[in-house]
Amino acid sequence: MIFSKSYCPHSTRVKELFSSLGVGYNILELDQIDDGATVQEVLSEITNQRTVPNIFVNKVHMGGCDRTLQHGLGGTCVNVGCIPKKLMHQAALLGQALHDSRKFGWEYNQQVKHNWETMIEAIQNYIGSLNWGYRLSLRENAVTYVNSYGEFVEHHKIKATNRKGQETYYTAAKFVIATGERPRYLGSQGDKEYCITSDDLFSLPYCPGKTLVVGASYVALECAGFLAGIGLDVTVMVRSILLRGFDQEMAEKVGSYMKQHGVKFLRKFVPVMIQQLEKGSPGKLKVVAKSTEGPETIEEIYNTVLLAIGRDSCTRKIGLEKIGVKINEKSGKIPVNDVEQTNVPYVYAIGDILEGKPELTPVAIQAGKLLARRLFGGRLEKCDYINVPTTVFTPLEYGCCGLSEEKAIEVYKKENLEVYHTLFWPLEWTVAGRDNNTCYAKIICNRLDNDRVIGLHILGPNAGEVTQGFAAAMKCGLTKQLLDGTIGIHPTCGEIFTTLEITKSSGLDITQKGC
Amino acid sequence: MHQAALLGGLIRDAQHYGWKVAHPVPHDWRKMAEAIQNHVKSLNWGHRVQLQDRKVKYFNFKASFVDKHTVCGVLKGGKILLSADHIVIATGGRPKYPMHVEGALEYGITSDDIFWLKESPGKTLVVGASYVALECAGFLSGMGLDTTVMMRSIPLRGFDQEMSALVTEYMASHGTRFLRGCIPWQVRRLPSGCLQVTWEDRASGREDTGTFDTVLWAIGRVPATRSLNLEKAGVNTNPDSQKILVNSREATSVPHIYAIGDVAEGRPELTPTAVMAGKLLARRLFGQSSDLMEYDNVPTTVFTPLEYGCVGLSEEAAVARYGQEHIEVYHAYYKPLEFTVAERDASQCYIKMVCLREPPQLVLGLHFLGPNAGEVTQGFALGIKCGASYAQMMRTVGIHPTCAEEVAKLRVSKRSGLDPTVTGC
Repeated sequence: MIFSKSYCPHSTRVKELFSSLGVGYNILELDQIDDGATVQEVLSEITNQRTVPNIFVNKVHMGGCDRTLQHGLGGTCVNVGCIPKKLMHQAALLGQALHDSRKFGWEYNQQVKHNWETMIEAIQNYIGSLNWGYRLSLRENAVTYVNSYGEFVEHHKIKATNRKGQETYYTAAKFVIATGERPRYLGSQGDKEYCITSDDLFSLPYCPGKTLVVGASYVALECAGFLAGIGLDVTVMVRSILLRGFDQEMAEKVGSYMKQHGVKFLRKFVPVMIQQLEKGSPGKLKVVAKSTEGPETIEEIYNTVLLAIGRDSCTRKIGLEKIGVKINEKSGKIPVNDVEQTNVPYVYAIGDILEGKPELTPVAIQAGKLLARRLFGGRLEKCDYINVPTTVFTPLEYGCCGLSEEKAIEVYKKENLEVYHTLFWPLEWTVAGRDNNTCYAKIICNRLDNDRVIGLHILGPNAGEVTQGFAAAMKCGLTKQLLDGTIGIHPTCGEIFTTLEITKSSGLDITQKGC
Repeated sequence: MHQAALLGGLIRDAQHYGWKVAHPVPHDWRKMAEAIQNHVKSLNWGHRVQLQDRKVKYFNFKASFVDKHTVCGVLKGGKILLSADHIVIATGGRPKYPMHVEGALEYGITSDDIFWLKESPGKTLVVGASYVALECAGFLSGMGLDTTVMMRSIPLRGFDQEMSALVTEYMASHGTRFLRGCIPWQVRRLPSGCLQVTWEDRASGREDTGTFDTVLWAIGRVPATRSLNLEKAGVNTNPDSQKILVNSREATSVPHIYAIGDVAEGRPELTPTAVMAGKLLARRLFGQSSDLMEYDNVPTTVFTPLEYGCVGLSEEAAVARYGQEHIEVYHAYYKPLEFTVAERDASQCYIKMVCLREPPQLVLGLHFLGPNAGEVTQGFALGIKCGASYAQMMRTVGIHPTCAEEVAKLRVSKRSGLDPTVTGC
């Protein structure tokens, strides 16, 4: 039984899912009956769920869209994270490339338009192939795949509930929790009903149109970036700073580039109410936002509101309290020791739910692989969480490894550091007539340790490809001297790190002149 | 020009990603050439300004030695003599013409010319197997021009041959024609204006002809030393290569005369090495530095349609130096994420790391074939400079999703015989 609303995209997806499974269902469209609002209130009282779709299977409450629509295998990264993100980022970059190509002699006259549906279909097909690939992989390695919701009921025992509501019990000697996180909602009026998150964006069957992105995380900026890149009107609403936790000088440059390229920013505002003006795909939403600094409120109309304000660990409803696994009550994250073990010795945890560890796919994968080798392969190697590199795939990409300048100053004190920096102009940007003196690179060196490179930051194209190798070098103890003694590959962006001369402390001009 | 060609490919990709572009998109050589030439001229100007800013006197004449402290040349006003305490020779090299090929000089062009052509070269025959030959053939093909590469024997001599084969394999499956084991011996102009080339197929001994709009010689470069009158200064050269003999301080046989860049014997013919050698030389001569140039583990990238970045030893060189038993080669075939939706062929996207077999397995060489190979390789070259071991590389967490992370994920060794194809996201 599905309590639904005819315009609700989440309800539509659930209906499609059941249809594809050949499962019959009854629907009550709450927006099409007189006492729909009352029904929704009663449902809220019975099930503790305010939203639709509200799904019952054999009179048992299953939940909403989230709990019913499981993604294919591969977790957040494959289904609603890195993979679709990078592909959409690539779509946006290609728009820029199309623009550049004219300067390089390619001839086409029309204003090139982007078709959302074509892109979504291609991306979803690829994700589907990955899901399938993992499924095969599990089978080939004789891993039993149980597609059910698991929760602990007692020591060494879990209950697994499948889509039809059937419960099965499993016991095991060891458990690994890798439940990841889900996007957070605002907790304000209209958020769950009308807003979407990254969980929805990558499979949205219609173009989101004029979009408000709420948040300042890399998720917010990356999404805003590629949506603008494919030609949409995009605004980012930021409560305070951009990319909290990242080097703030770099974060501001990231934002600045986006601003220069058409993304609007509303700094120091938070949404307080989202109201639907028109149903549709997309519809029209009115957003009321309040300033964080005073009484000012603003109102604006958007087709889509995308919330990217953080993610919450899926650790609260899996029965951890039944077996005494300690979690951080505030964040929901699980503290583990250096072998990824929780306070309950037979229970391990990896991935985004770990307290104090980077929330990154490769970190989770590395931790998992090494854990498996330690448990069953007789190996001792622990996951090395130091100097984990990462890249923010905003329109101008930002790659980094090691400490931010602020953190370095905090840990080592300014007088013990030397920061080398430079602006640079990628060769491919010259003929294309793109901004010179926008791309930027800096390294932070510890003067007390042989000018050891403790932080590396680059803002420029292919930042991920550039940063990766330097991360390996930092793992091997990279120093400024070694950088200076290495020959650059020419012409690339990466070579810039081998010719850094100007320090911040000198105050000298870093604009570029020659080849 | 490589970038122009790559952009052509990206325009094709863009359709898969939802961009509505009418196909095929034609390419206008003239527009591109003008833009590139203007940029080069702006760089020329920039260098000129910099010399001026630093009060370096710039004499624009062709110089040759009179004696070990004096050079002379001819200017509009007459002859000019300059003497100095220190002299640095950085005359570089020039493309070679095959003088035994009839019509080579009259009808063929070289890389000196291709970048300055105002009109499209049209249907082109590139003769040579150097990186210059392959890079030029690559971007010409990418712009939609009918391009053929004629090679006497192997591609990219001196580079890892397994990688070189993949480079040419990619080009062959993307529209470039290859004539292997062929040597041209005549070029003549037909009444139509086209060029007719006659060559010998070494394997069969048969003769063949073909018609082209342009013939581009890329068969090597000669150092520009002949006209310098080096004997007058007592500067020695290698009689075979004609390059200037230098020691580790870049000094020639005459202590105060130095040579840097492509003209010096035994140096990698790369811009950044020349630039660095020059900088260090200046610091040794006039600064307080005694730092010498390090020429080992110099990374480089061949900017062919599928780029090839490398640093350190080729597999063959490693085997020759240490023996097959003492090396371990880790490798992987991977697929760049961006190729998936674009439905591009990733068959030649390949990485290999050549290491010593004995723990900790020092990395001897890294070879990467794929997009943005230069960007990927640069940082790892630093790793190798830091004495990276395989174990250290593998402890590095990847950045996801990138191609570069596949280097840090190499697990399958050639010795194991296991399938090196990367699966999963």
